[in-house]
Amino acid sequence: MTNILEIRGLRACITGGREVLKGIDLTVAPGEVHAIMGPNGAGKSTLSSVLAGKPGYEVTAGSVFYKGVDLLSMPPDARAREGLFLAFQYPVEIPGVNNMYFLRAALNAGRRQRGQPELDAQQFLKAVREKLKLLDIGDDLLRRAVNVGFSGGEKKRNEIFQMAMLEPNLALLDETDSGLDIDALRVVSDGVNRLRDPGRAIIMVTHYQRLLDYVVPDHVHVLADGRIVASGDRHFAVELEQTGYAHLCDAA
Amino acid sequence: MSDVTIAERPAAGPEDILDSIVQGEGYKYGFFTEIEAEEAPPGLNEDIVRFISAKKGEPGWLLDWRLKAFRRWQTMDPPDWAKLNIAPIDYQAASYYSAPKSLKDAPKSLDEVDPELLKTYEKLGIPLGERAALAGVAVDAVFDSVSVATTYKDKLGELGIIFCSFGEAVREHPDLVRRYLGSVVPVADNFFAALNSAVFSDGSFVYVPPGVRCPMELSTYFRINAAKTGQFERTLLIADKGAYVSYLEGCTAPQRDENQLHAAVVELVAMEDAEIKYATVQNWYPGDADGKGGIYNFVTKRGACRGDRAKISWAQVETGSAITWKYPSCLLEGDHSVGAFYSVAITNNRQQADTGTKMIHIGRNTSSTVISKGISAGRGQNTYRGQIKVLSAADGARNYTQCDSLLIGKSCGAHTVPYIDVRHPGAKVEHEATTSKISDEQMFYCQQRGLTAEDALSLIVNGFCKEVLNELPMEFAVEAQKLLAVSLEGSVG
Repeated sequence: MTNILEIRGLRACITGGREVLKGIDLTVAPGEVHAIMGPNGAGKSTLSSVLAGKPGYEVTAGSVFYKGVDLLSMPPDARAREGLFLAFQYPVEIPGVNNMYFLRAALNAGRRQRGQPELDAQQFLKAVREKLKLLDIGDDLLRRAVNVGFSGGEKKRNEIFQMAMLEPNLALLDETDSGLDIDALRVVSDGVNRLRDPGRAIIMVTHYQRLLDYVVPDHVHVLADGRIVASGDRHFAVELEQTGYAHLCDAA
Repeated sequence: MSDVTIAERPAAGPEDILDSIVQGEGYKYGFFTEIEAEEAPPGLNEDIVRFISAKKGEPGWLLDWRLKAFRRWQTMDPPDWAKLNIAPIDYQAASYYSAPKSLKDAPKSLDEVDPELLKTYEKLGIPLGERAALAGVAVDAVFDSVSVATTYKDKLGELGIIFCSFGEAVREHPDLVRRYLGSVVPVADNFFAALNSAVFSDGSFVYVPPGVRCPMELSTYFRINAAKTGQFERTLLIADKGAYVSYLEGCTAPQRDENQLHAAVVELVAMEDAEIKYATVQNWYPGDADGKGGIYNFVTKRGACRGDRAKISWAQVETGSAITWKYPSCLLEGDHSVGAFYSVAITNNRQQADTGTKMIHIGRNTSSTVISKGISAGRGQNTYRGQIKVLSAADGARNYTQCDSLLIGKSCGAHTVPYIDVRHPGAKVEHEATTSKISDEQMFYCQQRGLTAEDALSLIVNGFCKEVLNELPMEFAVEAQKLLAVSLEGSVG
């Protein structure tokens, strides 16, 4: 079976600035959940940004194959339509644009890409209800403008709901646990757990062990100074909690 | 930027739009229809004014009215206070009258119209009847300066509603025309209104009798077709006591290298308890990317709330024209009368717009609302200019004004020029203004969800304009959203 993601020797810098990723190798198979941990400034968020195609970064070496296709040659919207989803650390507000309308536009953009018929209003509503039920969350956010006036927890919940609706092949969760109280963290991680699927890979980027108590990963990697310096199974995270990153960073 | 979320319209509407946003290739109305036209020779003098009046078989009083306006116009100077950079206009170079020589030359059915053209209309979501009108086939379109025909007249007639071309109104309802013409916009109100009063060749007339609620949206499509002609239409709309009417106006013009002049006058009269809603989607040819060609759009629109509790609401979406100079205004004469102005103005490439409103509070407990959304892209310049005036007898007057500007790119400009003139100590006048840019984060967020850059921009801009688009009748709102997308083409790179 084709791996969902194969990163080989990936180096990237901030456009016109310093190098942040200094040779990343990572392979992710369908159904796997990977956690990428590491100290601040290690390049965790840059990795998700580069994978999603955010402007402002320049790939200087290496390759990324997504479902067997050269990911780096695709514009960001095409990556998204091909099933790559980024849950933002700081979801962006879009005033005046209804959340449902936005989501339907996004969903139908992907469906068009896959040659599937677009969902009309009724079919869309049905799909929304199913996902709300799956995630066990209310519909209170749906009628509001995209992320406008949402609390931190509401924004993260909205990201997970979007992920549920868009059914990605690869989901990148960028610090999804940051800024959440324990109740919100539980809602969000329950959501992620329910979206685990044999056909879907999830990469969680996080600073804290905390999230991994709720969403148990198959693989844990430590990213330090732009390289993956250590990898292990689910128990590795607990180990890290006790030993910290410092000795690994030195090794790097 | 405002954090207020406006409630969705029921049924379909904006939610359905994005899926079908048109990704066109520039100005979609740049076609020219080959019709033999009867034109006045270029230039403007009293003989031309007489020629126009004679062509239309007008009564002596109207010719005198035109001549009076012409003589006043000769003594006037074009206004120079707007933030517009306009090359001097040679008023003697244009022709002031153009009529299709024979309606037989116009296509008689949609079958005879260029299928490519029909496809364009279809893409823009214009209803079949209106597509026909746009193509010059039938109903209710002002083609160059002459009203071609009017639909639904009989049906409206049963209710006593008069909806016809201005020329026909002069013939059939001279008393009404004479009573109200120039009563809101006097002949010498301003340079362009005086010019229009002298040379207007047609337009629309509406009268809704007391207590009648007009059961359908009345609409007119204006189109400038012939080259080197100006268009000077005149619209007069009267809602008698307790009447209600909603009126839509759409405008297109073919693509030409030289600038063309458009100077229209619209007068609205709302009597006691009457309500008028007037919506415009203005999509005159804006000129090319370098600013060559395009319509000079100098329009005077004003409504008078003559009676108590009268209401007038202006809604406009201004996407076209090289230059827009336009201030739809309300004279709030009656006690408890209400005025509103909702505007979206887009300038892209080299377009310039100086637009806004005047709300003149005269009666007691009058209120007005102004919501203006200016969008500048390319090298566009966009100015909101508004005046809120509260006279000394206007007890309990209230105004709320909100002006939001959105900038796309680095070479455009947005300007806000509010004049507030309050002569009553109890007046409540509020003004809020914001300027924002579309952020890279917003664009990337939309793209990460699968929207193309063009769709993302259109979505964000539509969100920005939502409060105004919600004020448009449904069909118009759909068309307006698509026009916004078309107007902004090329502004993301």
